[in-house]
Parts: sequence; structure tokens; C-alpha cells
Amino acid sequence: MIAVLRKLLNIRGFNNATSSIVAILAGLLFGFIVLLISNPSQAADGFVIILKGGFSTGAKGMGQVMYFATPLILTGLSVGFAFKTGLFNIGASGQFIMGAFAAVYIGVKWTFIPAPFHWMVALLAATLVGALWALIPGLLKAYLNVHEVISTIMMNYIGMYLANYLVKTTVYDSKKALSMSVAESAVLPKAGLDKIFYNTMGSSGAVDVSTVNCGFYIAIVMAIIIYIVLNKTTFGYELKACGFNRDASKYAGINEKRSIVLSMVIAGALAGLGGGLLYLSGASGRHIKPVDVLAPEGFNGIPVALLGLSNPIGIIFSAIFISYITLGGNYLQTLDFVPEIIDIIIACIIYFSAFALIFRNILPALLKWRLSVAEKKRSQSSDSDEEGLATETEEGKE
Amino acid sequence: MDDYVIEMLNIIKEFPGVIANDDITLQLKRGEIHALLGENGAGKSTLMSILFGLYQPDKGIIKKDGKEVNISDPNVANALGIGMVHQHFKLVHNFTVLQNIILGVETTKNGFLRMEEAREKVIALSEKYGLAVDPDAIVEDITVGMQQRVEILKMLYRENEILIFDEPTAVLTPQEIEELIKIMKDLAKEGKSILFITHKLNEIKAVADRCTVLRKGKRVATIDVASTSKEEMSEMMVGRKVEFAVEKAHIEPGEPVLEVRNLTVEDKQSGKKTVKDVSFTVRKGEIVCIAGIDGNGQSELVYAITGLLPADDGQIFINGMDVTNLSIRKRNAAGMSHIPEDRHKHGLVLDYTLEENLVLKCYYTPIFQKNGFLKFQKINEYANCLIEKYDIRSGQGAKSIVRSMSGGNQQKAIVAREIDLGPEILIAVQPTRGLDVGAIEYIHKQLVVQRDAGKAILLVSLELEEVMNISDRILVIYEGEIVGELDPKTTTLKELGLYMAGGKRDERSEAV
Repeated sequence: MIAVLRKLLNIRGFNNATSSIVAILAGLLFGFIVLLISNPSQAADGFVIILKGGFSTGAKGMGQVMYFATPLILTGLSVGFAFKTGLFNIGASGQFIMGAFAAVYIGVKWTFIPAPFHWMVALLAATLVGALWALIPGLLKAYLNVHEVISTIMMNYIGMYLANYLVKTTVYDSKKALSMSVAESAVLPKAGLDKIFYNTMGSSGAVDVSTVNCGFYIAIVMAIIIYIVLNKTTFGYELKACGFNRDASKYAGINEKRSIVLSMVIAGALAGLGGGLLYLSGASGRHIKPVDVLAPEGFNGIPVALLGLSNPIGIIFSAIFISYITLGGNYLQTLDFVPEIIDIIIACIIYFSAFALIFRNILPALLKWRLSVAEKKRSQSSDSDEEGLATETEEGKE
Repeated sequence: MDDYVIEMLNIIKEFPGVIANDDITLQLKRGEIHALLGENGAGKSTLMSILFGLYQPDKGIIKKDGKEVNISDPNVANALGIGMVHQHFKLVHNFTVLQNIILGVETTKNGFLRMEEAREKVIALSEKYGLAVDPDAIVEDITVGMQQRVEILKMLYRENEILIFDEPTAVLTPQEIEELIKIMKDLAKEGKSILFITHKLNEIKAVADRCTVLRKGKRVATIDVASTSKEEMSEMMVGRKVEFAVEKAHIEPGEPVLEVRNLTVEDKQSGKKTVKDVSFTVRKGEIVCIAGIDGNGQSELVYAITGLLPADDGQIFINGMDVTNLSIRKRNAAGMSHIPEDRHKHGLVLDYTLEENLVLKCYYTPIFQKNGFLKFQKINEYANCLIEKYDIRSGQGAKSIVRSMSGGNQQKAIVAREIDLGPEILIAVQPTRGLDVGAIEYIHKQLVVQRDAGKAILLVSLELEEVMNISDRILVIYEGEIVGELDPKTTTLKELGLYMAGGKRDERSEAV
């Protein structure tokens, strides 16, 4: 038993997965405490609703989980990719919203593009604009050594206000105070997902279809591509080397300035694509609301990346988890919880979950310590009672 | 019966993939200087870390004054009177000397610091043991030698009786080493017991009473230093006879490979010229050594040649091709290899595995990649080949994270990578820094083999013995200028020293 545990502890993947799970459990526990404090009588019911998350509303609910997970996968990849290459991309929010605006603008205005290409062009534009938004901090970092945390935060605000201004002046639906819905041809195809994720309403047989679309597939494909780039290619090898040690990369003949710029640009492109994927989703989907709030999808990319330990495949799962728990929180409104409290609870769970990295370091050490204590106790007790040991080993043999 | 102040009995410590200490017994007498000798990775540092409470032994017991103790962390070690000077000092850089010494054991009254008492005690200690320090100097402004004295004062301030020195001389100049040896002898006279980790035999001879030799995690012997010769000690440590002198046949140098013409480098901040109008040539089949005291422009000269710093004036040629303004990758492709001075800053990506580091300069060649995808199989095979050929030791072989490897093996990995590139010109900056005699011998032999194979080698070294032993020509650098060219066969150490200290220079304006 102990030997098996020891072996498991030496496997990296096992440690990573357990630490993420423990972090989630800790987050849930903390969330429950907040529930208890805010509304003791309904805390238990509320907790069940959160746990049921996306499942609360059947197949459509699951579809919604995937729909809201899509941008989180992309912003999570954006933060995680930058992190793996030694950069802190706090600017996913700005890159995301600028990408979103570009997609919506093209989706609404450029109706001259033939149907099958319209949404593709819009997505491409979102990716490019996101990349452009990260290019500036990348250049500043590479050539002037301006720290990317500062410059990306600044770019967040510039992006938010610029997007708000542009939405209001170009694609604004003043009745709903939202951006206009994009043209039918710019909506991402459902790709069969509408046949799985829908609820039947009443006895009439009408169906309530989830917003999820092929964007989810695109997100997963992107995660796989990023995984391959980081782990299998010379390009990823160079980017990671620069992240770990810029001087040694320069010494080895890697163009370290170019690598830093490219890392930022790719991170920005991912976040921008996330913006496009979320907003190219028809009338029932999300619309840009031009208010002075930084896009939360961008910031949630940080806990998504942390919970997934920056592993692209891990990020897929952590994004789904966070989307799931957020939706569960929305359903809390059926009880007497104020929306603000719901936000606090969900934020607690999410940010606690982001401690996965800490758990990864503490957990194996803790377990090993326990194991060694257990072994010591065993050897001590056997020393003091040699006869007992003899019988014990005899039994062991049998 | 002997009076042992510390006994470490049958210590066993295992790390994943390697037994660092295999049944080691070490007994330290009161008032003796006991050296701990072994190759890189022999388990010296692990053993001392166990004594200092940084690691727990898997098996074995530690006795202090004959009583068994459990040293669970450095605070316990401290309470038992055990102090340690680490190889890399543990000082707060922007604190003063005094603040560093009292850190953790501050004298206070009502929550306020009372520095005066501490200051008096520190001054008294520094006078008693001849440890000259300025209590109010900021640590980052003082020399490495003085920083070490601060570390020693830290131990004395805590009234430690057992002092561990982890390779204390690796970072010191020859004069500072002499001072340190005197200090250690004084400390032992005062009744302190000293454990001294090193792989320099001369120092053991000079200072230690007894010496325990470790090899590959096992204890070979504990010997009386006075009655054992250096050759015997090195044989015990390495497990075979070691040749100190490098044998090399005379060969006529061939075509010039590296030509440096009127090279000048300016420091961007101060505007001072760190390299002044330097010209020289390195030809096929010769080892040219740049000798000089640290900080006389050697680093900048090498940076400019290898492309890490831009040259402000002058030209650099490799095989007749002007590379002055070429990128580092193009210089490498032209046949330049570089064993850098700072292995952690430039030489290695510490968080990469050993195999990833071994292909750091050739991962992009068609052997190791196809259409941008790395060929992991080939990389692994190549790494294992180098690991065997150059005897690079690590816990998990090619998959070891380089950060976890011992310094000597990290250096071997760099040397292996750079030599195996098959360079036209090999620039080696202090290639044997921090290595044990076995590894030094090996690297020196490799350099000579390369030379005999018709390669050009530019060696930058601070160790005079190394300079005299293996170079074919010596260029002395002083304050950024080449002040003399010497032939190691006809010159003396004294003369070389004179040139290095700026006391003598050739009349010629240019050394070619």
C-alpha cells in the first residue's frame, strides 16, 4: 500500500491532477462557509444547487456550460501559454473585448461576404485584433524592458473604453443598450450540437435549444494545437527556453526579442479568438454591453490557467468546471440569495481553486511526511517488540 | 577515548534515482579542522545539509557530545551550536553588515531594536578573530571576501561551536584564500571545531588535521592529512591515479581561425572603455590563453567576440569571414563554440531537462527536427551518448532537471555540448571553475585533444596553474588592454603575476 502510494507520488501527472482536485474541494468548502454566513437556513439547499451546476436545467444547461466554457478555454489558453513562455498576460480582458468588437462589427456590417465565409472572416478578424492588442506590450517588453503586467493592464483599459466607444458609434442597438445581433451568416454553425443540447418545453413539443455551437470544437482544437506547439515543436522549445532563461536563449543563438513578441502575440490572438467565439452566437447568445467594466472572461482566464496548471488539456477541464459552477451560481437566484452574494460565493470558489499550484507543492511533501512518520512508527514498535515483529513477518509471508 | 563533538554514524540518504549518502560515518574531534573531500556529486553537500538540518537522513544517527540528537531543521542545528557558511552566501543584499549578522537573533527592548549592544559584540568578535569588516557597509557594496567574513561572524555571533564551511574558497582570490586559512586556524585554536568541504588538495594540506574522503556516496577513508600525500588523496577521491601535469606534444600552429582587430567595447552606463583596442589571432592547433585578474575586461572581450555584447569598434573574423555584425546563431554556424563564464546565467536553461540542454545549440538542425517538430527519440539518443562519453552524473539521466544536478555535472554538460558541436574555434571561459581534480584533468585533456585535432582554442582563465599548464601562448590582459604576450615554457609564475598586476608591459603596441 505504502509502496504504491510512494510510486504514485513520483508521477508528475498524478500530483498535478490531485492538487487541482484538492484545490477545487477547498474552494467548495470555502464557498459553503460563505453560504452559511450569508443565509444559514438555505445554505444546504443553495450548496446543492451550486453542485448541480449546469445539470440543473437538463441537456440545455449542459450546452450552456459548454457555451460559456468556450471563451474561458481561450482566455485560459492565452494566460497559460504566456505563462509557460515566461510572461504574465494580465491583458486577456482587453484582447478579448477588442477581438469581440472586431467580430461583431464584421458580423453586423460586412454582409457582402458570402455565407459560409462570413463567420470565418469575423473570427479571423477577432484573432488578428487580439494579436495586435498584445503586440504592443510584447514590443515594449522585448525592446524597452517594460514589464508586461503593467503594459497589459493599461491595454485592458484602453481596450475597454475603445470597444465601448466603437460599439456605441457603429453597431449599437439603443433599445436594448447592447450591441446589435450579428447577421445570420456570421453566426457560428451549430455543427450538430443543437441536436443534443435542447430541452423540450411542455407538451407542445417545442424545443428550447442551447446557444452552444461549433465554437466549442474550435476551442478544443486550439487547446490541442497549443499543446503540440508547446511540447513538440522547435518553436515551442525556443519560446519556453526564453521564458525560463532569456540570457541563455540569447547565448544559444535564439532571437529572444522575436520570441517574446511572438509569445505575446499568440497569447493575444487566443484571447481575441475567444471574444469572437462568444459573441458570434445569434440572437439568443451574448451581446457586448458597453458599460465601464473590464470583460470578466479575460480575468477568469487567470484562475482557469492556474487551476489547469497552464497545461492546455488541463485548461479545457478547468474552464468547463468554472463555467459549470458559475451557471450553478446563477440558479441560486431561485432561493433568497442576493446577486452580489452569489458573485462573491462563486468568486471564492474560483479563486480558491486557483491555489492548485500551492497544493501541488504542499501535497506531495505532506503525504511523504505522513508516510515516513508511519514507517518510523512501524519500525520503532517492531524494535521494541521483536517477538511481535517475528510473528508479524510470519503472517506477512502467509 | 577521543573527544568527539559531533558524530554522524552510518548515515544513509536516498534521493529519487541516486543514493547520495551510503552508510557514511564522520566523527569530528573538538578543536580540529576536518576536511571533507570528494568529487562533484560525491555526497559532501548532502551530508553537511543533514548535519545542518536541511535534510533528514533515511537511516543513521547523529550524536552531539555523545548524546543522540534529532536535527529536524536549521534552528535546531543552531541551538546545538552548529553553524554553516554556504557556498552561495545567504545575506540580505540591501542590509548593512551589522543588520545581517544579527538577523534572526536581534537584541530588542519593548519591541525596539537595540543595535548598540550588538555592535559592540560584533566589533569585539571581529577584533578577536581578525575578521575585518565595516559594520555599517551595505552588503552589496563589499567584496566577496568580506561577505564571507560576515557569514563567519554570523556564526560566531550565535556562539556556534561547530562551523561548517561549504567550498569557501571557490569564490575567493588567492590572497583572500590565504587570509581565510589563517582565520580558520585561529578559530580552531580557540576551540571551535571546523568541517571544511573542498576539492582543492592544496588547501587541505595547508589547513586540515584530518580528512574524510567520499566517493560516489560512500566513505573511502578518514586519513591523517600530515602523513598522506596529495597524490594519495586524489587517488582515493577519484578512484584512480590522477595526472596533474598535462602532457602535450609540440605542434606547429596552422592557419588563423579567430582574428580580432582593434576591438573596443564601451560600457553603456559609465561610458568607460572596458576593452581597449585589442588585437590578436588564434590559429589552428593552438591554445591561446587570456590571463588576467578578474574584472580586467576579459568578460566583455568574450561577450563581444561571441556576440552577447556589440563591439563599439574593430572587427572580428572567423576563418577570414567578418562576423563583427552577425547574429549569435550565424557566428555559431561559422564554427564558434563558447563555454560561458556564468553557467547559470548563460550556459543552461536550469528548468529544462539535461537532454533539452544538451541540444540547446543544435535543436534546429535537421538531425533533431523535421518540419519544425522535435525528434525526441534522436535527442534522447544523442543526450545519452554525451552523458556516457563525458560521464555526466545525475539522478534521472537525460530526463533530470538540470537545476537538480550538482554544479560540477552542470559544467560537464556545457563542456560536452560545446565540444561536441565540433567547433573551429572553442572559446572556453574558466571551464574548470568549481570542478574537482578528476573533472579538471578530464577537461584539460579534452582541450588538448581538440587542439591536437587542429582546432583553435581561446581560453580565459584566472587560475595561474591552469594558464601555465595547458596554453601554448599567454596574452595578459590588464585594464582592458593586452599588455604582454608570454611563452609558458620560458616565463615564470612571478613574471606572469607582474604582468597581470600591471607592473610590467611589453613595449610593442600590438600583440599578434
